[in-house]
Amino acid sequence: MNATVESLEDAPGIPLSFQGPASARVVASFGFWLFLLSDIVMFAAMFAAYAVLSGETAGGLSGADLFDRRHVFIETLCLLFSSVTCGFGMLAIQREDAGSAFRWMLLTFLLGAVFVGLEVSEFFGMVSRGAGPSRSAFLSSFFMLVGTHGLHVTTGLLWLLVMFAQVRSLGFRPMVTRRLFCFGLFWHALDIVWVGVFTIVYLGAYR
Amino acid sequence: MSTRVEAQGHAPGVGAHTENGRRSYLIGLSYALILTAASFWVSFTDLIFPPGVPILLGVLAIAQMGAHLVFFLHISSAVDQTNNILALAFGVFVVGLTVFGSMIIMSHLNHMMMPMDRLLQIQR
Repeated sequence: MNATVESLEDAPGIPLSFQGPASARVVASFGFWLFLLSDIVMFAAMFAAYAVLSGETAGGLSGADLFDRRHVFIETLCLLFSSVTCGFGMLAIQREDAGSAFRWMLLTFLLGAVFVGLEVSEFFGMVSRGAGPSRSAFLSSFFMLVGTHGLHVTTGLLWLLVMFAQVRSLGFRPMVTRRLFCFGLFWHALDIVWVGVFTIVYLGAYR
Repeated sequence: MSTRVEAQGHAPGVGAHTENGRRSYLIGLSYALILTAASFWVSFTDLIFPPGVPILLGVLAIAQMGAHLVFFLHISSAVDQTNNILALAFGVFVVGLTVFGSMIIMSHLNHMMMPMDRLLQIQR
């Protein structure tokens, strides 16, 4: 975004209809915000399925038998701190401070990777106890919901790797920083979905 | 916080309006930590009247989602955020319809359904 465009948008005397379209930064982020909301609506359908089916264990293990809340607490902290380091990374990107941005985003990546690792180990532990997704309606909906969230986080990690490569080869061009800001939105939205997951799925199982 | 109003609106997330950015993330982090710790404490403790636990968990979760929206995504009620807020309101509306609608309909169906052993008796 160059200086003249900025000053035109800021000029108080110019009516809205004379200002032209919003900057690409605003348009891209708003479009991505709409995508995120539609993604959250998709998660809502899975939450609804889980809420309806969570009691249908077909004589198998229930959530209270399977879940380890301490494990989930560590997962939650990983995702929360990665959200904050991602935010610090976004601020560094805004200052175009490449070194600091790289360090914060690397920390974000590592915390996200730890989260995915913990989740995968939990899934393997459940399957080895005979509680795989085909065991009961409860477990089908559990793996669907939590697995989709985990898949989103994994996709986010891949996206972050691509962004490392783009920043390295292209630098902080407007196109690249827009994508990085969209990644930041994506990462925060995943953390919001996780709040729903740990409340409804993990803590809700102990009623 | 900036008082400047951009007529073209401004997108969620970090932007030209994010002053004191670091402070905002740290405030958000402390709210989120307190609310997360409270959620897990509520689930572990025996001090709370059991039927109240799901309600309390729901309140804590909604509060934490709000904290994330305000301090991490920088959603606010500012004039130039009307687009973001409208989209968010519609999203929340659809989410509420889907989740609570499914739960109400399915619990009613479950309630109206003939008990399985009785059904088997008739079919015999």
